[in-house]
Amino acid sequence: MANTDQRLVIRALYDDDDTILSAVKSIREKGHYIEEAYTPFPIHGLDKAMGLEPTRISIAGFMYGLTGLSFAIWMTWYMMIHDWPMNIGGKPNENWLQNMPAFVPIMFELTVFFTAHLMVWTYWAINGLYPGRKAMNPDPRTTDDKFMLEISADHDKDDLISLLKETGAIELKEEQIED
Amino acid sequence: MHYESSIREPLILGDKSYHDITVEVAKPIETKANKAWWFLFSLALIMFMWGVGCILYTIGTGIGTWGLNKTVNWAWDITNFVWWVGIGHAGTLISAILLLFRQKWRMSINRSAEAMTIFSVIQAALFPGIHMGRLWMGYFVMPIPNQFGSLWVNFNSPLLWDVFAISTYFSVSLVFWYVGLVPDFAMIRDRAINPIQKHIYKILSFGWGGKAKHWQRFEELSLVLAGLATPLVLSVHTIVSMDFATSVIPGWHTTIFPPYFVAGAVFSGFAMVQTLLLVVRKVYKMEHYITVSHVEMMNIIIMVTGSIVGVAYITELFIAWYSGVEFEQYAFLNRATGPYWWAYLAMMTCNVVSPQFMWSKKLRTSLVFTFFISIIVNIGMWFERFVIIVTSLHRDYLPSSWAKFSPSFVDIGIFLGTIGFFFVLFLLYTRSFPVIAQAELKTILKSSGENYKKLHDNGEH
Repeated sequence: MANTDQRLVIRALYDDDDTILSAVKSIREKGHYIEEAYTPFPIHGLDKAMGLEPTRISIAGFMYGLTGLSFAIWMTWYMMIHDWPMNIGGKPNENWLQNMPAFVPIMFELTVFFTAHLMVWTYWAINGLYPGRKAMNPDPRTTDDKFMLEISADHDKDDLISLLKETGAIELKEEQIED
Repeated sequence: MHYESSIREPLILGDKSYHDITVEVAKPIETKANKAWWFLFSLALIMFMWGVGCILYTIGTGIGTWGLNKTVNWAWDITNFVWWVGIGHAGTLISAILLLFRQKWRMSINRSAEAMTIFSVIQAALFPGIHMGRLWMGYFVMPIPNQFGSLWVNFNSPLLWDVFAISTYFSVSLVFWYVGLVPDFAMIRDRAINPIQKHIYKILSFGWGGKAKHWQRFEELSLVLAGLATPLVLSVHTIVSMDFATSVIPGWHTTIFPPYFVAGAVFSGFAMVQTLLLVVRKVYKMEHYITVSHVEMMNIIIMVTGSIVGVAYITELFIAWYSGVEFEQYAFLNRATGPYWWAYLAMMTCNVVSPQFMWSKKLRTSLVFTFFISIIVNIGMWFERFVIIVTSLHRDYLPSSWAKFSPSFVDIGIFLGTIGFFFVLFLLYTRSFPVIAQAELKTILKSSGENYKKLHDNGEH
């Protein structure tokens, strides 16, 4: 049981963002699978080069916005029209639509409130980030000026190592990782 | 790789590498504070404590400790509230609107500007809180049944809109700021040697490791949050201005208020960013990142928004005359020539005349002059709110109840206290948070760094 989940990966360290980007392209061309990249800052085009799907977080955000807007409409209707109608300065309040112009600021603010907060919570959750979590990057230098690729090396390890050296890796490390 | 035209000023000066950025941003956190910091911190702390004393006195005794009377029933409290909220606007403008407009120069100033936003909104929120008199009844502004019976809050009231606007603004700015801070906290964590420091930054950095998928989501989230924060920041001061504009007081009841208040807010906010960053860049040796061209850009924004504010002042005067409403006409005549003429003059000079100096390239690139103007603008914008609020109230429809306002020592103490509190927070921030968004800044090193631009121009890159 102990060894079944273990996989061999090679961790290659680079010292330039342009080098790692071209490295990713040539490694993938050779048919290797890049498990992960750790970089100190976002590199434009890296996600595409690695073959990552576009994120759907903004679709979630749109849903959250609709939720916030609906909640604001329901809340103003329930409190101001349905449960305890109030005549404020003669503003028409026969039904929600008549009173609606006064509720536009609330509808807007709650849309923004729901979208922003729920999106950020989603972001923490799907990334698995929470206060006090152990650092995800295996090498502390990758938040400074180094860039790391983690490549699956279960099959053709030696080929991969020579390829990585060609692409400009400055350090290579073999590692058994568990899922 | 993206390159920038060589005629654009470099945004990062000197021969920097990624590692240099790391080291220089982490330095204020990793070294001990100097005497100047301790001096400023003690001064701010004393002011803050004095303010706390005045607030406790207000809560214990009542609003009668302020200089208010039954004619001028809103004065420094609301002036300070609007002033502080306005200052906050520049932070969001820099981090959100400039992000949408792809202005790369925002990157070395957005972190501190956003910190300023959050700290100044905290100061602003204090004022409505203590003006309630019974602070512990503050939950009444929440949409819960009044007296826990069946009467709800009034959603027709701009004051309630304000509660929603300010709390949304504060909390959204806070999470936006924090999302950007996490990768930088991770950088501090990975460099930390002291185990206590390492542990604190481990908690703060949420385990961030810079994975490719996380950066992809990070960029998408930043873009969406910027898109949300842009209308949000415009809505906040719009709603603040509606506190006045929806009333029927001559001098307040004007439709020009929302855009005029927003322009004024951006104007005063940028002035405060200048005040703070001119000191930060000097003390923490960030001159290579917060360059003279950054200062110049901000001065141009100050000039433009100051001129918009000037046009608004003149439009207001014109419309008062053109409306033919004698109450409105009197309100403005009294504003300019009545007992508060000096406040009106201070407002006009500081806000309309002083930014015009920025047309001169020599003056807007002078750091000393910029610092001086930034203080002047902040004073001017405080007077603007004072003029709008007090001069509109102090002579109402009944001449027998005309009155003047003079602040009590408690009014002054609370105002000084919020300035102290603001600087306490800001000074602590500069020593414990990365004051420059270093991860973001590293993305533009190759396109806007001085050394890389030179290499590119010589055809070597």
